[in-house]
This record gives sequence, structure tokens and C-alpha cells, in this order.
Amino acid sequence: MQGNAEHIVAREITIAYGDFVVQRDLNFTVNRGDIFIIMGGSGCGKSTLLKVMIGLKEPGKGDILYEGVPFWGSGEDQRETMKRKFGTLFQSGALWSSMTIAENIGLALKQYTTLSGAEIREVVNYKLMLVGLAGFEDYYPNEMSGGMKKRAGLARAMALDPEILFFDEPSAGLDPISARLLDDLILELRDSLGTTVVVVTHELASIFAIGNNSVFLDADAKTQLATGDPKELRDSHPNDIVRAFLRRGVPEADAA
Amino acid sequence: MTAALTCTVTPEDTLAVALAGDWLLGAALPDIEPILEHLRHTPAPAAVCFDASELGDWDTGLVARLASIRRDAEANSVAFDDSGLPEGVRQLIALAFAVREREGARRKARDIGLLAGIGEKTQRIVGRSRELLEFLGELVVSFGRLFRGKATYLRSDLVQYIQEAGAEALPIVSLISFLIGMIFAFVGVMQLENFGAGIYTADLVAVAMVREMAPIMTAIIMAGRTGAAYAAQIGTMKVNEEVDALTTLGMDPIDFLVTPRVIALIIMLPMLTLYGSLMGILGGTFVGLSMLDVSLVQYATQTVNSVGLNSLLGGLFKSLVYGSLVAIAGCQQGLACGNSAMAVGESTTRAVVMGIVLIVVSASILTVIYINLGI
Repeated sequence: MQGNAEHIVAREITIAYGDFVVQRDLNFTVNRGDIFIIMGGSGCGKSTLLKVMIGLKEPGKGDILYEGVPFWGSGEDQRETMKRKFGTLFQSGALWSSMTIAENIGLALKQYTTLSGAEIREVVNYKLMLVGLAGFEDYYPNEMSGGMKKRAGLARAMALDPEILFFDEPSAGLDPISARLLDDLILELRDSLGTTVVVVTHELASIFAIGNNSVFLDADAKTQLATGDPKELRDSHPNDIVRAFLRRGVPEADAA
Repeated sequence: MTAALTCTVTPEDTLAVALAGDWLLGAALPDIEPILEHLRHTPAPAAVCFDASELGDWDTGLVARLASIRRDAEANSVAFDDSGLPEGVRQLIALAFAVREREGARRKARDIGLLAGIGEKTQRIVGRSRELLEFLGELVVSFGRLFRGKATYLRSDLVQYIQEAGAEALPIVSLISFLIGMIFAFVGVMQLENFGAGIYTADLVAVAMVREMAPIMTAIIMAGRTGAAYAAQIGTMKVNEEVDALTTLGMDPIDFLVTPRVIALIIMLPMLTLYGSLMGILGGTFVGLSMLDVSLVQYATQTVNSVGLNSLLGGLFKSLVYGSLVAIAGCQQGLACGNSAMAVGESTTRAVVMGIVLIVVSASILTVIYINLGI
């Protein structure tokens, strides 16, 4: 697994809807094994940046390099192959509502591997155990709570043993304890599997608990204001907006 | 105590507003227009101040009006002196003005000319048609992948769609077709009896059902039943990001969601049509036997002799076309669905309307073609 340290590199990304530019000139590097946070105020284009990274939206300009290979510059077939190394957890879980949890997790395995039905069942069972949902194979998504759906979504995202896991607002809609448990789970998965993790969030507690690298997007400047370890950004970044965000707007003297 | 308002202009060029009584929402409150007029008047007073010594209870009814006064005062550079107001009112007004209105946030009612309006509508229609064409192209490519065995879909899904679009539609198709057959027979008996040709009711019902009515009625039923369901299912999946989840796994939503549904309808609609024709003929027979002086054997022989293989195959081919159109309209509208509950409703409606329009238009075209081919 361990190759070059640079895993994902964003080069001069511009995100636009038609003529309306959301973000421009985004440059950042995610190293292998990082938990990389995409943060910023509401409506600054965090989730859209994630969509660009996982291939749902083409950037207006620039490209994302995975292990040095340009993602959008590649042909569609190669892009499909690259996508198979990603796992994505959507904001609401986005489980396929017409299938059971086991079918949700097993679908990618069924499509992309030659595993038999019994083997798939075994893998599904193991992935569900990892996220603490053993025994829920035959439940339908609408029979589960929000936190369970997210966990099941995570199990689905991990079905193909991805090298990169993407999370869109993992703690949105979760109570503080479930959110904390999900954070712990992300950390453990990174530590034991060596997966690179990219998280879109604006939850400060999460950001400091799991993030070791980040990019800060600003809606007014329409570009990134900072990139690096969120704790260092909070303590010593020259830009007031970045520091204020990471301190919930509390002036530094009181925040210690 | 009822609310009252008096305003006077002091010698220092200050507009003094005295508030009295209870200013509560829902009660009859005095009009603040005179104050606003003073503020807009040139030369405007230097300041506006308040005397609330007689003020009783107050709620949003008062604060909202004061906020309007302050907005107008500021717009005309009149100083807003809130020192005479109760503490709570002052704080609420300060809070309301703490964050300035974001520039450009307020939506203005757009006033566009007739021509521009027509132009915009046209562009939207052109855009929609282009989307539909793109969708058709992708569907053709997807069928290509299917025949090469490369498409990803679940066989269990296909079976389920076939059941939903087939067996489960039998009751409604039976009912409608049976009644239509009866109606045709009634009309036929009434008219043909005049010429002593009542027995030809059998021909009328059989030919009408097999060639035109069963295909078109079944298709319209399925547009309302299954086409709408397809649009709602896929549209909801889109809203829930389930379609995105498929795409990120490298699975084509068209292969996975659309193609099996189209296949299900292409298989099932001709079968339902065949069944619908039979039910219609049964309904006709029922009426014919009770109103005409003929035996079952006579009526049945007449029916069998009237329908040729051409009519039967022609009708089935039509239903095949309608089936694909209904499925395409439903799935395309589902995938084109926006991101809200409203949008799902809209795309479902559009799926049904589009489905029915496509059915009727293609029915006319096919009928002309059939006539020219002599089928």
C-alpha cells in the first residue's frame, strides 16, 4: 500500500456552475494515510469540491491527480477504474432503499469481483461487524436510524477495500455521541487499514479530533485561505478569518 | 387600552413620536404611514425620537413597525433616536439591524417583455428536447452494452419490474378493457341494428379492440400507473443521492435503473394488450349476446373471422412502441428530476403527460403508416 507519500494532489481547481464561479485556484496535497478535512462556512462549495474529487462534477479548470495520474484528464474508462479505489459516504447515507443492507454492501462485490454468493455474504458480514452493525444484514434502510444508516453507508463505502474514503458531512444529523463514535471509527479504520480519508465538515470537534491536514475554503474570497494541519491553523495562521472560524469566532485571549 | 400614535415636529427639527396604549399584533394599530411620509418629505427632519411613557403592552406588532421606521429613517439620513423606547424594544431593533441586508440578496420581481418571455420558454423547450435526445442516445448505448453482456444490472430487479408492470396491472387492465368492449358493443348494436346488420357488432368490437383500443388504452393505463411510478422511484433516488452513489461505484445509472425498466415494459405491454383485447372482446360478447338475437357460436365465429393475423401483429407492434415510450418518458423524467420533494411531483406529472402525448402522437403516425402499408 505504501507508495509515494503524495496521494491526492489538487491543481488549480476552479469550480463553477455555468458562469458562476464557486471556488477558484484550489491547490492542496493529501498524503497517504492523511485524514484530510475540507472545511469552510456554509455554502462555500465544500460538497461541490468533493463531487469534483469523486467524479460527479467536472471542474471548470484544473485537475485532481491520484498517485500522479490526472483524474479528469484521463479517458472515461480509466476514470471508472480509478473510481473503483474510492469509497464514498454520502450525507444522508444514500443507501439504495429498495435493497436490504446486505444487498447494498454486496452489490459492488457482485459486480466487480468473482466471489461466490456465500463469500460475498461473509465479506458483508465482516464489514457490518467493523461498523458495529452485525446482524442487520436483512434490514431495509428505512427500518434504521440516521446513525445506523451512516454506519451502513460506511460499510458499503468500504466494500471494495478502497484506498481513499470520502465523507460528506459525516456528523450532520447525528447526536454528539454517535458523531463521536463515527469519528473514532474513522480514526481506527485509517490506523488499521492505512486508508486515506477525505472529510467534508464544519464540525470543529470533528475537525480537531481526526484531522491532520486540511484546506479552508472561503465563500467571500472564492478561494482557499489556508491549507495544513487544522490545529496549527487555529494557533498560528496569519489570516483572521481562518483563526476565527477554528475558534468559533471567540478571540484568542479567551480561547486558551 | 387601544394603541395610539401622535407625531409632532419640534422646533429643533426633530420628529417626536408619542406611543400610547397596547401595541399588540392582531389589534387595530394606528397607521405609521404619516411618520414615513414625514421621513420621506424634503427637507426631512434631522432626527426621529420616541416617547413611550404612555406605552402599555407591546409585541412584534410594535417592533416590526419601528423597524420599518428605522429603515426609512436611515434611507433618508434621518437620525433614529431610540432612547425613548423601552429597553427590550431597543435590543430587538438593534438585533434586527445587527446584520445588514446582504447586497443583491433581495429578489426583485423580474419584469420581462413578452418577446423575452417567449424566447426563454423556447430555450427551455429546446433544452428539454436536447436532454431527451441525449438520454435516448445513452439508452441506445446502454442496450448495446446489454447485448454484449457488459451492462450491470440485477436480474432480480428485472423480474420484479416485470411483475410490477405485468401481473399486478391485470385487474385494472381487465376492468377498463371489459368496459370499453361493452361500450363499443352498445354503440355498434344501436347503429348496426338499424341496417339489420347487428351481427357485425362482433367485427366492430374485435377489430377496434385488437388494432387500436387495447394497445392505446393499455398504454395509457400503464403511463399513469407504471410510467409515473418509474419517474417517482428514480426521482426520489436522485434526491436521496442514491443515483450519485451508483455513479461513484462506477455503475451507470442508465444500465442499472433505466434499461431493466424499459425491457420490462417492452415485454409486458404487448402481453397486457393481448389480454386487454381478449377482455374487450368478452365485454362485447356479453353485450352482443344480451341485446342481439344471435347465439354464442355465431358471435364467436363472426369474431374469429373478423380478426386477421395482420391486425393482431399490427396491434402488438403498436403496444411494443407505446411500451418503450412510456418507460422512456418515466425514466427520463425521473433522472432529470431536481433536488426537492416538489421536483419529484413535477417530474412524475411530466412523465405521465409526456407519456400520453407520445402515445397519441405515435398512434397517429403508426395508423397512417399501417393504412399505407395496407395492414
